[in-house]
Amino acid sequence: MNLNQFRDITRYPSAVVALVIILILVGVSIYTVIALPYQESVTKWRGGDMVWQDNPRGVPPTWINLVRSKKLPETIVYRSTDEGVEKQITPLDKELTDIFMSFQFEYTADEFPQEIILFFTSTYEKKAPYISLIWKTPDGREISIGDFAIEKTYTRRISQDDQLTKKLGAPAEVALFADPNSEEPAPLKGTYTLEIAGITFEPESAFEVKSIIFGKVYGMAGTDHLRRDLMLGLLWGTPVALAFGLLAAVITSVLTMTIAATGAWFGGWVDGVIQRVTEINMMLPVLPILIMIGVFYSRSLWVILGFVILLSIFGASIKSFRAIFMQEREAGYIQAAQAYGASNGRIILRYLIPRIIPVLIPSLVVLIPSFVFLEASLAVLGLGDPVMPTWGKIINDARTNGALLKGQYYWVLEPSFMLMLTGFSFAMLGFALDRIFNPRLRGM
Amino acid sequence: MAQLAQHDLKRQAQLDTLKRIGKYTIIRFFILFFAVAVGIYLTILVANMGGYVDEIQRAEIRENIAIQISMNPEYKKLSTEERKQLQEKLVVLEEERLGLNQPFIIRSFNYLKDALTLNLGRAKNMTSDSGSRQVKLIILERLPATVLLFGTSFLINFIASLFLALMLSRRYGSFWDRFVVALSPTSAAPGWFYGIFLIVIFAAWLRVLPYGGMVDAPPPEDPLKYALSVAEHMVLPLLALAISSIFLSIYSWRTFFLIYSSEDYVEMAKAKGLTDRTIERRYILRPTLPTIVTNFALSAIAVWLGAIIFETVFNWPGIGRVYFQAIGLFDTAVIVGTTVLYAYLLAITVFLLDIVYAFIDPRVKIG
Repeated sequence: MNLNQFRDITRYPSAVVALVIILILVGVSIYTVIALPYQESVTKWRGGDMVWQDNPRGVPPTWINLVRSKKLPETIVYRSTDEGVEKQITPLDKELTDIFMSFQFEYTADEFPQEIILFFTSTYEKKAPYISLIWKTPDGREISIGDFAIEKTYTRRISQDDQLTKKLGAPAEVALFADPNSEEPAPLKGTYTLEIAGITFEPESAFEVKSIIFGKVYGMAGTDHLRRDLMLGLLWGTPVALAFGLLAAVITSVLTMTIAATGAWFGGWVDGVIQRVTEINMMLPVLPILIMIGVFYSRSLWVILGFVILLSIFGASIKSFRAIFMQEREAGYIQAAQAYGASNGRIILRYLIPRIIPVLIPSLVVLIPSFVFLEASLAVLGLGDPVMPTWGKIINDARTNGALLKGQYYWVLEPSFMLMLTGFSFAMLGFALDRIFNPRLRGM
Repeated sequence: MAQLAQHDLKRQAQLDTLKRIGKYTIIRFFILFFAVAVGIYLTILVANMGGYVDEIQRAEIRENIAIQISMNPEYKKLSTEERKQLQEKLVVLEEERLGLNQPFIIRSFNYLKDALTLNLGRAKNMTSDSGSRQVKLIILERLPATVLLFGTSFLINFIASLFLALMLSRRYGSFWDRFVVALSPTSAAPGWFYGIFLIVIFAAWLRVLPYGGMVDAPPPEDPLKYALSVAEHMVLPLLALAISSIFLSIYSWRTFFLIYSSEDYVEMAKAKGLTDRTIERRYILRPTLPTIVTNFALSAIAVWLGAIIFETVFNWPGIGRVYFQAIGLFDTAVIVGTTVLYAYLLAITVFLLDIVYAFIDPRVKIG
């Protein structure tokens, strides 16, 4: 085992591809950990409606428009607090003030938006400001879509206004955008204007508004049922999955190997005990025990990781490692080491273990995906970590919210694709390493 | 005379071998039984949360009895004090009936005894579809569904991969050979993972196959239609299991056969001019038979380990679903019952393999 063997990797194109993918995944992990601090991301991910209220609910990523003939609309947001927004403020008398805002936007999509919501905030002491909304379509129609008083914080869901729906004959997001001359319901493209006219009844009274016309696409990854940006979950899933897989595989392999070496070297009752524990471990149903731990004790990723390692160190690979060590034990150089008075620890660590590394490294790399998928499996059963976003949890969210029945395939496919990339790249690399380190397999 | 002595010697040797195998078998039996017992005991500890499930049960008993007393008009006349006494008395009686008055450590060994003697007892919260609380019935009712799905898949995959591996080992380096080698990393993902993809494609998008379940609802009356409906529901699960295992197993069998077919005695047989079929049968399959048998038996047992998740994804009404429901309902009797079944099946398989090995493997014979 030397560096030249690692250089042999370049002879296997699949291993090179796998290495590139792994490096990209590692790069994504490092970027995520640095650019999106953990605590902040977790707070955001669990933040609920307050954090994500500007996003549409359960929509595919923006790039889906590249493959669609009927383009889906993007979300249009207007904030009266933004710079460049004109407000006409005309005092009518000592107390009354007229505040007028108009939002203009181009609508070019081929489908209707998801919904229209206006979020108001206002300041007043006794009498609340009164608002009138006028909708102007590109063909010059003017539609009054509501007259109402607002509270200090007030949300006007235009799409869920039953009276308006009755008046327009269709939900607002369809009726306001529909082309009156088209037989099939289709949106009219062009410049729309939303006019917000308000009257305040106190000298100090004022209001601000955020109006959102929710689209049907969002960002690079789309959103879920809680309007969360899936990109955050997908990005954070990468370091979590890699850390879980790597830690579990490395710790398990090293411990298993050490235990096997100890047993093979000392023999006698030590070996006997190790063999018996391995047999007992074989009788234990690992996955059900992990599920029980998840349900009864803790769903924390690190607790689960601990139990995964605990249940795997006495795994079946002890037997195959032991067989190799038993053979190696009789080798001449070991007897030479004993003759010069090397200690047991020295023989195990310096002579036995290095011998097994060619077998260990490929099996370690192949183990990584199995642990990554184990974590995902638990998450798909609803036993994912309660705090961290992981790929498995996104799949679980999608399944429990009927994503497949509603046609929200992106929601399942994106995390699955990430899992697949991780799983296949490590498996491909592991298989290539196996062939490099075990010349018997070379050329086969 | 000399012939007789030789005959005696031979008989003596045979007797010795039998003795050794007998001793070995008995030792293995006890070791495996011990392993099963410890494994089940650990499961009992985990499934009872180290006794915490008892606390839940005690609280439930207390609540139920309190409700019973308050609902019963006969007790209305009793004073508060008398009612309290009555409640305490009933709680103690109920706890004694369920054996909750003993400390958990003693009961855990009672559980172990019951489990090992297959006295699986009654479920706390779950019932079988026919309404029974017998754990045995709950398990037996769901077992056929799991055996049907995973048994079919296992047999197809095992036999197909052996055949294909033999074919590929004959012409390695060919297109199909490289194809299988290139696809072998697909086994890094478990069956449920491909299941999700297949459901997306065939159920959600193309709408040609069902999302999950075992039969149409309502189930067809006609047995033939029933069987067809089950078969239709099995297509995607079988496909998912096949994708997740078959390429790697073809690959590893093929490599295994290749290593054996590069042995000198195979070269010799080739030089003698024997046909490929004869070489395969006599010189490759025969020496590899013990490995094939072992692999067959152990993977037949291991195949339904992933059943919990797989059956959840496909909504397949098998033992894995029961197990998951039992965990969610803290129904330790069902959890332990299923684990016992698994541990016994595994132990019996390992034990039988050990005996078979003792007869074929000369190293065991010599001792």
